[in-house]
Amino acid sequence: MLEIKNLHARVAETGTEIIRGLDLTVKAGEVAAIMGPNGSGKSTLSYILAGRPDYEVTEGDILYDGQSILEMDPAERAAAGVFLAFQYPMEIPGVATMEFLKVAINSQRRARGDAELKIPDLLKKVKEAAGTLEMDMAMLKRPLNVGFSGGEKKRAEILQMMLLEPKLCVLDETDSGLDIDALKIVADGVNALRSPERAMVVITHYQRLLDYIVPDTVHVLSRGRVVKSGDKGLALELEKNGYAGIVGEAA
Amino acid sequence: MPAVQETIEQVRNIDVDQYKYGFETLIETDKAPKGLNEDIIRLISAKKDEPEWMLEWRLEAFRRWKTMSEPTWARVSYPEIDFQDIHYYAAPKSTAGPTSLDEVDPELLRTYEKLGIPLKEQEILAGVRKQGEPSELDAIDGNGGRKVAVDAVFDSVSVVTTFKKELAAAGVIFCSISEAIREHPDLVRKYLGTVVPTSDNYYATLNTAVFTDGSFVYVPKGVRCPMELSTYFRINEKNTGQFERTLIIAEEGAYVSYLEGCTAPQRDENQLHAAVVELIALDDAEIKYSTVQNWYPGDKDGKGGIYNFVTKRGDCRGRNSKISWTQVETGSAITWKYPSCILRGDNSQGEFYSIAVSNGHQQIDSGTKMLHLGKNTVSRIISKGISAGKSNNTYRGQVSVHRKATNARNFTNCDSLLIGNDCGAHTVPYIEAKNATAKLEHEATTSKISEDQLFYVMQRGIPEEEAIALIVNGFVKEVIQELPMEFAVEAQKLIGISLEGSVG
Repeated sequence: MLEIKNLHARVAETGTEIIRGLDLTVKAGEVAAIMGPNGSGKSTLSYILAGRPDYEVTEGDILYDGQSILEMDPAERAAAGVFLAFQYPMEIPGVATMEFLKVAINSQRRARGDAELKIPDLLKKVKEAAGTLEMDMAMLKRPLNVGFSGGEKKRAEILQMMLLEPKLCVLDETDSGLDIDALKIVADGVNALRSPERAMVVITHYQRLLDYIVPDTVHVLSRGRVVKSGDKGLALELEKNGYAGIVGEAA
Repeated sequence: MPAVQETIEQVRNIDVDQYKYGFETLIETDKAPKGLNEDIIRLISAKKDEPEWMLEWRLEAFRRWKTMSEPTWARVSYPEIDFQDIHYYAAPKSTAGPTSLDEVDPELLRTYEKLGIPLKEQEILAGVRKQGEPSELDAIDGNGGRKVAVDAVFDSVSVVTTFKKELAAAGVIFCSISEAIREHPDLVRKYLGTVVPTSDNYYATLNTAVFTDGSFVYVPKGVRCPMELSTYFRINEKNTGQFERTLIIAEEGAYVSYLEGCTAPQRDENQLHAAVVELIALDDAEIKYSTVQNWYPGDKDGKGGIYNFVTKRGDCRGRNSKISWTQVETGSAITWKYPSCILRGDNSQGEFYSIAVSNGHQQIDSGTKMLHLGKNTVSRIISKGISAGKSNNTYRGQVSVHRKATNARNFTNCDSLLIGNDCGAHTVPYIEAKNATAKLEHEATTSKISEDQLFYVMQRGIPEEEAIALIVNGFVKEVIQELPMEFAVEAQKLIGISLEGSVG
């Protein structure tokens, strides 16, 4: 589903290269964990997948369903099924969460040529998803992410992911800022979305999240490249021995 | 909100030019020659069949105006205006003194249909064709929504006022100011010029000399006006100025909500609009005045557009009275406008809610004045400025607490949002308190639509233009909520349209 080939990318403004020859393949139905020390390019990778304009791809390609997505803007990628759960979700003052959900869902439906969702159907879907995440419907009347706690923001991200039903989910440090109870709820939400048609890229610094979202593959990133790949055992090994060994080996 | 969606669709539907009201209506016009002198003023007065005192008032203003000079303190720049190069009177020929819509040029009616804003007005204007059959009008309004009575002003004259009978039954007078001068001279004489005196400022004085029409509203004691009142202003003729004069009086315990909408055709040359609006609220009365201003802003290179130099002031003359201004300013090449409140009565309240959107080469210098004279007076100012393109957007506000205004309170919040790197936002507050018990708060923020925010919204599948409209509509929500519902939807659309093409 996702094929990243010899990707090189830099910060557009400064020209600093961050991704240096990254290769990664994630199949449909697969949950791939991306781990690595701070500054290894994990978050940057998630932004580049979503099409953030601050980064320039200088070499290589990103294939999604066999097609290059490099020329697509973020909205087009989203409509095609790419979803990024942000590490730091943005506040949108004055725009109620419910209203935002409606606009987002219907924008994507329109882009795909589907009819807009009727309000009662939308409400039903939202209620169901919010229930799974133990979110209060009253919260959805508040402006998106404004005054939300860290945990509430992360739940709101997963809620959007559940409602937009993407094919490729990229989760950037979704565990940061979550206490253990919230982490379980969020992980349950993510696990419910696991399906043979859907791929997930779970970016995390710690093994902890992977106890709840058990990955099929684990990839270690260092200085903008994948330096080691393995199964979930690799994550446990990292937990025990730290990154130094692997990162050192590669260097 | 469906409005956000509609905004985008509407934006998509616009081809090259984004100003949809830029058409010109070809109707026969009765026009005075260009230029300004006492003869022209006599002509206007005669055309209106005015009493002698009115003519005298005008002439006195004109003589005073000749001694005055244009104000230069606002943060706007434009070439000198040649006041002799303007027609001061233009009227659709066939509508001299219409009594019903049947007498109105059908071309004119089509114009109002084409204008399409506000929706409610269009509906009612169409419905007016069945005037004298109020039941059918009720049917049009089928869903139990509010009715809106409309006074339409085309260039210099009021062409139609709707729902007159129904309003009269409630004791409300709603007519053109020309008609009021003829039919209700005592009321007009008692109040006209008492809030904005002849000598007030350059443009107000000019208006006093040459105003040609406008609306008049009188709500008697204890009456809650049974429907929204609305005036629709349109400048059609070339080289004409529009100088309208509006006077609204709410007697003791009365309530009225009044809406005003404006558009003009696209022209290469600039046109002048200098209106005066006076509001008077007596004891326990409340006046709510809403404006959606969409005069032609000029083309993308800054050519053409309306110069909008307007004096609007409300006088909370009675105890516990309240005046509330809400404005959505999206049009005009230059806007110079400060709707103000004189809080004279004890416990009176003034409010100013404003959204000012500038794009292209537009220049806006707008704000309010809150003059606290009475005890326990309260004012509230919420201003949202949005600048895009190469425009400049200034909030200029004055809060002044006089010596005897014990326990006066003001809260001011001015937020500016910048889109792009070539525009400017400026906040110029003047605050003075001569009474130590005053409590004044002022908050101001300036922000840019951040790349982060935009990326986040787009990542959810919302295309760029739509994402900006969504963020901006969120930014102005607080003010939009103050508008009557029909206008709120229109205002959101307008904001979306005004910002079209604002991101590269």
